[in-house]
Amino acid sequence: MNASEPLVRVEGLTHYYGNHLGCRDVGFELYESEVLAVVGESGSGKTTLLNCLSTQIVPTSGKVMYRFRDGHVENLFDMSEAEQRVLLRTDWGFVMQNPRDGLRMGVSAGANVGERLMSVGNRHYGNIRKTALDWLERVEIDPTRIDDSPRTFSGGMQQRLQIARNLVTSPRLVFMDEPTGGLDVSVQARLLDLIRRIVADLGLSIVIVTHDLAVARLLSDRIIVMKNGKIIEQGLTDQVLDDPHQPYTQLLVSSILQVGA
Amino acid sequence: MSLDTISAEAPAYNFAYLDEQTKRMIRRAILKGIAIPGYQVPFASREMPMPYGWGTGGMQVTAAIIGPDDILKVIDQGSDDTTNAVAIRNFFKRTAGVAMTFRTADASIIQTRHRIPEEKLRSDQVLVFQVPIPEPLRFLEPRETETRKMHALSEYGLMHVKLYEDIAHHGHIATTYAYPVMVENRYVMDPSPIPKFDNPKLDNTPALQLFGAGREKRIYALPPYTRVKSLDFEDHPFSVQDWPDTQCAMCGATGVYFDEVILNDLGERMFVCSDSDYCEHRQEAGHFGAEHASYKERMK
Amino acid sequence: MTSEPETLLKVRGLCKGFTMHLQGGLRLPVVSDVALAVRQGECVVLGGPSGAGKSSLLKMVYGNYAADAGMIEVLHRGIIVDIARAAPRQILEVRKKSVGYVSQFLSVIPRVSARDLIADVARAWGATEDAAQRDAADMLDRLNIPETLWSLPPATFSGGEQQRVNIARGFMGKHPLLLLDEPTASLDAMNRKVVLDLINEKKTGGVGMLGIFHDPETRAAVADRIVDVTAFSAAA
Repeated sequence: MNASEPLVRVEGLTHYYGNHLGCRDVGFELYESEVLAVVGESGSGKTTLLNCLSTQIVPTSGKVMYRFRDGHVENLFDMSEAEQRVLLRTDWGFVMQNPRDGLRMGVSAGANVGERLMSVGNRHYGNIRKTALDWLERVEIDPTRIDDSPRTFSGGMQQRLQIARNLVTSPRLVFMDEPTGGLDVSVQARLLDLIRRIVADLGLSIVIVTHDLAVARLLSDRIIVMKNGKIIEQGLTDQVLDDPHQPYTQLLVSSILQVGA
Repeated sequence: MSLDTISAEAPAYNFAYLDEQTKRMIRRAILKGIAIPGYQVPFASREMPMPYGWGTGGMQVTAAIIGPDDILKVIDQGSDDTTNAVAIRNFFKRTAGVAMTFRTADASIIQTRHRIPEEKLRSDQVLVFQVPIPEPLRFLEPRETETRKMHALSEYGLMHVKLYEDIAHHGHIATTYAYPVMVENRYVMDPSPIPKFDNPKLDNTPALQLFGAGREKRIYALPPYTRVKSLDFEDHPFSVQDWPDTQCAMCGATGVYFDEVILNDLGERMFVCSDSDYCEHRQEAGHFGAEHASYKERMK
Repeated sequence: MTSEPETLLKVRGLCKGFTMHLQGGLRLPVVSDVALAVRQGECVVLGGPSGAGKSSLLKMVYGNYAADAGMIEVLHRGIIVDIARAAPRQILEVRKKSVGYVSQFLSVIPRVSARDLIADVARAWGATEDAAQRDAADMLDRLNIPETLWSLPPATFSGGEQQRVNIARGFMGKHPLLLLDEPTASLDAMNRKVVLDLINEKKTGGVGMLGIFHDPETRAAVADRIVDVTAFSAAA
């Protein structure tokens, strides 16, 4: 394994919804243990980009080269859907903005965490349960709630459960779509802190889509600013946020400052 | 004008009610099902003169395979004389006019709701199951597009999620009927709401087993001698119900599936074979249970 | 050791200006053609009035501001990395191992105790858990943070206490080059003295430093050289 090779290399990624542009000519690299934030306003193409990266939609053109655990590099869109789905539930995670979309609300918290283990062939109930308990603790959910339905959880707890559910198979790459979007400010802070800690502990690579620059600053190493489907500025997170060059980025940053003042 | 006079005057039904084109369509679905054991084949389910949930899927399968020389047995919960069984038997008596039997051994086609006969089936017999919900993943994944994909890619982790839930909430796998099975290590299949007691009978059976779901418009099949394994966990292996101290009150049988019969308002009860033909056969052969005499007395 | 002190930082031809797009593309020049160097064991202080670009210069060396032109060469594990051109992940590596930033104002991490915050740094530099906790306690003690606060997250501290925790974090690392962003401003005399001691200890240990100190007394106490930033004024 060569850590100096990128985990993901995106080349000329373009997606049109019919005539409507989703994203155009997006290119970047993501390395292991790197957290990349994609920021921009609604309609800037950031969610389209995330959905292309995670193979949920097939881009109109472009490549996403992914380096597998065995070191070989392959364009995700040359793979079969079966292979893509295996990636999604083993090597990858996807944390949705709304935990109800990312959780199975009809089954217990423990089953939510255990599902991925079972889907990769774990058939020992005792072991699955032990791992689920361990993960609930790691995301600060009272282990005695393991058999409770996530419906009885608060929004923050549901989101933490979704994170545990995604991380239980030790993925290498996790996509997050506005993971703190629908939460109260105090709940957000706790969740961000938790994500930060887990990401550092596990050395995860993360692509996080957010419109909240404070979230990007707290979590990410690098940032991509998107507008009208294109990357307009990218670089080290604190550099882009403290010394933005593009008019749009300056506008984004200054609007945050006004809110903060 | 009574129903009987209408049917007497009306032009005769086509043999076994369905028209020949429909039967061919259903047979094609059945053949495909046999070719891909455990795979749910969509078919153009017809309106039957019965409500959904009464066995319209099983009836269409039976209608498509039955011939004038067949001998039909219809059971509901193991019994030949409960409402559903009687209704379906009458339907085929009128529309196909084939011979009927209660004897499992004599039947060439057995249509069943919720049981597999105790007597071992032979390779010249066909067992037709009535299926309410053919999709074993449905309760956990409501999207049909997604469940189809899961079957196509053999992604069956979700099935174990259900069993996990059982153990988490009950300490053991509490699913006792419609217990999911893995067919030939490829497709997970709902065996219809038979008790899990009957699951081992699905495995390696000489008889052809066909499953029809009328409302859901699916047909699937287990060809003779198909490997069928009930899903489980390593530390919670599949097991069937076991009533070591219970004997059939009528025929004294043990190790069979029982019905509980409440005898009076005092709560007295007895257990009898759920498979009524099996029970009677044993009694004819001279096997008797504790209540045999008093029951016969009461029935007079 | 008789060998020459190594150059840790060499800045040449560095230019920086801001274009304020929200103000009609207003161009604010900051510095041009900056040249300076920092060697092992010396403390170079940036001089000049406020607005001269001292802070911007320091931030460029740390990679926090982008350079418009020129080179910022930093010695990183035996090789020279040009911060002005380095990829983001290279800059992060340099920050981890070679260039530290000491400031009173860092983003506060919620829910981590003051002691752990500092011990984390020691641990990142290879200290065992026990040693890290001991070193963190020593540092907090030196900076006069009451022991009753050590187990609490600094978010609950007074402004002055928070500032000292941040300084403690900055000095806990073992970076060969430290950027000091007014670490003594608004400290009382006792704590200012502690920071001066810390700086001098670093210096003795061969650490090179580039700093900004407003207070003339402190500046005089730590500076080996003063580089007047007005000499690089870009306003002309």
